[in-house]
Amino acid sequence: MRATAIRTVTTVVIGAGHAGLAMSRCLSERSIDHVVLERGEVAHTWRTERWDSLRLLTPNWQSRLPGFQYNGSDPEGYRTLAEVIEFIGSYAKAISAPVRTHTTVASARSTESGYLVRTDQGDWLCRAIVVASGACNIADVPTFANSVPPSIMQLTAQEYRNPEQLADGGVLVVGASSSGTQIAYEIHRSGRPVTLSVGEHIRAPRVYRGKDLEWWMDAAGLLDERYDEMDDIARARRVPSLQLAGTPDRSTLDINALTEIGVKLVGRLGGISEDGKAQFSGSLRNMCALSDLKMGRLLDRIDEWAQKNGFDDAAGPPHRLPPTRVEPAPPLGMDLTIGEVKAIIWATGYRPDYSWLEVPVLDRKGRLRHDGGIVSSPGMYLMGTQFMRRRKSALIDGAGDDARDLSAHLMSYLDTRPARKMA
Amino acid sequence: MAEASSTANNGVNVAALIAAREALTEAPAAAQFKWRAACEWKDGTHSHSTVEGFYGLGQEQHHKRTFTFDADHPEIFASEDKGATPVEYVLVGLASCLTAGIAAVAQHRNIQLRSVTATLEGDMDVQGILGIDDDVRNGFGGIKVTYKIDADAKREDIEALVAQSQKRSAVYDIVTNPTNVTVVVD
Repeated sequence: MRATAIRTVTTVVIGAGHAGLAMSRCLSERSIDHVVLERGEVAHTWRTERWDSLRLLTPNWQSRLPGFQYNGSDPEGYRTLAEVIEFIGSYAKAISAPVRTHTTVASARSTESGYLVRTDQGDWLCRAIVVASGACNIADVPTFANSVPPSIMQLTAQEYRNPEQLADGGVLVVGASSSGTQIAYEIHRSGRPVTLSVGEHIRAPRVYRGKDLEWWMDAAGLLDERYDEMDDIARARRVPSLQLAGTPDRSTLDINALTEIGVKLVGRLGGISEDGKAQFSGSLRNMCALSDLKMGRLLDRIDEWAQKNGFDDAAGPPHRLPPTRVEPAPPLGMDLTIGEVKAIIWATGYRPDYSWLEVPVLDRKGRLRHDGGIVSSPGMYLMGTQFMRRRKSALIDGAGDDARDLSAHLMSYLDTRPARKMA
Repeated sequence: MAEASSTANNGVNVAALIAAREALTEAPAAAQFKWRAACEWKDGTHSHSTVEGFYGLGQEQHHKRTFTFDADHPEIFASEDKGATPVEYVLVGLASCLTAGIAAVAQHRNIQLRSVTATLEGDMDVQGILGIDDDVRNGFGGIKVTYKIDADAKREDIEALVAQSQKRSAVYDIVTNPTNVTVVVD
């Protein structure tokens, strides 16, 4: 039953993932009263929307939240799903975050003095609002998925849990970024032959010159690059995730690692005809060439930084991975009606869900209009999306600096807009 | 976009392209173009095509003059060879599109090109078009494009020009991805 009294609070934070919690900690430090509304339990999407064997692709030491960090015995390791849930849950407790669980936001709209947030547990009036509901709410699936024969099981990366969900037989995995490569590897190893459809992807070695790639990205300042320093921030925000995995043996899970165990490659899935024939692009070779070249440029930047900052002796010698191997004539089509493929996994990206946001802050493509997390509606802030404010904004390690910046802005916003009496 | 004094001159007006990109981001309707061609049969397998007008930026546009193309089949096909074959026109289209792209990307990246030549070859098993074997497709089995590029840049940077050109090429997309074609009789 909906509570009849409307509660007031200075700030509502929507989402109790690591981003919402980091913001909560910064608000508490500034004595700004607030509430964190969470539709499930703390770390909800880690509990309900990820596959069983998932590990973070950032090493354990690289989860530095405001007032909290990893204190375990395996700093170079990669946290399992259960460990991530435990980590975020511990964080919420350690900072005594004012979380209201099992509270789903139905809408948020502007009022005279701020915002009205309606939930299934009652309404909140607030002067400022932080959208920390995540960037991966909805799995993107192309519309031609409707032409997939009904006998083929379809799962998004959000719905996939483990290979046992799938019948025996072939599997088509669509998408070769971090999720797609990990899922393809696991399913192929389970004895179900995988065909991987490859579009744009960002190849990277797990370990380079003896150090974790994420160590280099952090040390060389790449992760701290700001949104307003980029030539084309709109494009940088659309770039798919690094093709990295938290492999316990720290091996590089790239396309060559997949073809080595027998995964078959095809180009980007361009369409599925009405009679169930999948069409793959003839651009596979260039997609792989683009990715190899991009990786070369990243490693060049790292080598340059290492040389200028005296790391050349401590680190191993510069080296390059062998080019991605592509056969001369990859298949351009696949008949999905003949029964070879029993399942399709869509690892084709995600988009946020802003359907509850009844404030006109979306552009014509449904993206939030913001300036480094400062949304185009007064007193509204965004957290945790790809390159929102810094290259690391979508990483656990990125929430802290963003929350510090935005809570400072929020505080000065409140100071310049004294609260009106709310009738 | 502020650019440091550019030393490369490949003849591409990158500033204009960037301005167009910014303007069209705000006005997507103006980005809707229609390209056109008209074709008249002459005799046998010989036809004559013209390109003159197109639609874009919200209105009808015209080329500076009418461009004309003769197409035919070669004598070993028992034809008159009055023009290049249609499939050779496709290779020309692909080569031109990729080459223009290389010049534009090189300009944008401040790389001076000295010479760029491409040779193309498309494999075709004519059992397809002759209806001899249903398992053989009509079109190319594969296309190979070889670029020779002399430029003021490292090998990786030149390879990156060619890779980026493919990424943004209209004809490369037309050839490597499915496209709906509707043919009607008036």
